[in-house]
Amino acid sequence: MVAMTTATILMACMPATARAADYVSIPAGSLVSVLANDADTGPAPIDTFAMRDTPVTNAEFLAFVRANRKWQRGRAPAILADASYLHQWRAPTLPGESARSEQPVVSVSWFAAQAFCESEGGRLPTWLEWEYVAAADETHRDARGDPAWRARILSWYSQPSSAPLPPAGGAANAYGVRDMHGLVWEWVDVFNALLVSADSRDQGDPDKLQFCGAGAISLKDRDNYAVLMRIALLSSLSATDTTNNLGFRCVRPATEKK
Amino acid sequence: MPGYAVFGRWRLTLFAIVTVGLPAMVFAAPETGPPPNSIYQLAIPLVDQNGRATQLADWRGRPILISMFYTSCEFVCPRIIEGLKRTEDRLSASGSGKLPVLLVSFDPARDDIKTLKHAAEERNLDEAVWSLARTDARNVRKLAALLGIQYRELPSGDFNHSSMLILLDADGRIVGRTSTIGEADPRFVKTIEGVIRKRRIP
Repeated sequence: MVAMTTATILMACMPATARAADYVSIPAGSLVSVLANDADTGPAPIDTFAMRDTPVTNAEFLAFVRANRKWQRGRAPAILADASYLHQWRAPTLPGESARSEQPVVSVSWFAAQAFCESEGGRLPTWLEWEYVAAADETHRDARGDPAWRARILSWYSQPSSAPLPPAGGAANAYGVRDMHGLVWEWVDVFNALLVSADSRDQGDPDKLQFCGAGAISLKDRDNYAVLMRIALLSSLSATDTTNNLGFRCVRPATEKK
Repeated sequence: MPGYAVFGRWRLTLFAIVTVGLPAMVFAAPETGPPPNSIYQLAIPLVDQNGRATQLADWRGRPILISMFYTSCEFVCPRIIEGLKRTEDRLSASGSGKLPVLLVSFDPARDDIKTLKHAAEERNLDEAVWSLARTDARNVRKLAALLGIQYRELPSGDFNHSSMLILLDADGRIVGRTSTIGEADPRFVKTIEGVIRKRRIP
């Protein structure tokens, strides 16, 4: 209770920022995931949920660390965030010139992202929730078959990552969600076992035994490079890792009224 | 050096206080939190096969073996338990004694207390050593992330997961791990014995 009250007061005292994030309601549906073995059992059903329409910004994360001191740089324990956690901020409670208010926050660990989402009654999206919303272009909920759109989102990956991040709040997709592509990589709740396939329970090979169902990388839609690169990147991460292009957004139940 | 002078005066004052004999408890070392690289940094609630509610950090104070599993897993999880049993046997044989084992389920939806209890009995797991525990899905993800265990729920209801036996020191730091399951990994046993030996030397 005390923590919540403090958070509320601090939020109220925050200077007005470019735009406050809204949670957009995402209707239920189904998704043929790029993850092959999930797709083999038919399209994955997706329940309705609400998603932040932009990635979490520096201003929003600043409010969070002011209210939750243990998540400030220098205080977050090593088991929850690596040494480069929020390194581009000038000070633990001062993002400064190189991390502007409206830019997405980056260099945050999975644990920190999860804690932020919990602080506003949410959680990190599942991979399927993320992929479902990321399949949309400005007018279609599933634009993945459109080569021109694929080429457009792919072009982002060829840009140098040293350039300053644009502010959050690009064009809205068909759900009203922004920046799913072209701004930052994003954490999801289960991120590092996505490449493991479901079948081929090979009991002979001791290496494969490390995974309960085991096996080679197995992907359904090999032409969807942009999404496959996301999976490859996420699969390489540990939950304490922080990188200059890795941010996050949160989801929460659609029915929740605030 | 004015700084030194201040410090010197302080020390004298402290000396005076001590010599007048305040109750010893005032000077007792404060309960310190776990170290920064301890998995006990995160509050994770657990319930064991006997319905006992604990916190992960309650295990602080002695080294333990920890891993994750789920009871309906037919192939790999029995080998995780077998590997742990054989590791414990080796430790007993060499006079190191047994370490507590904490196994947390990936599958809170199906692994309720009764199921965990049944699994413990079926496999003859001594309750003095073995705790089979569950937590909610969100904390399963956090614990797996802390331990560096990869897992993912599949549409079939099975879980893909990496199999890893992990040694925590008394403060919850990961000081050993092995992916050898089904049998004891001699190197892992050696690591455990080293940790136990170090604790016995005051």
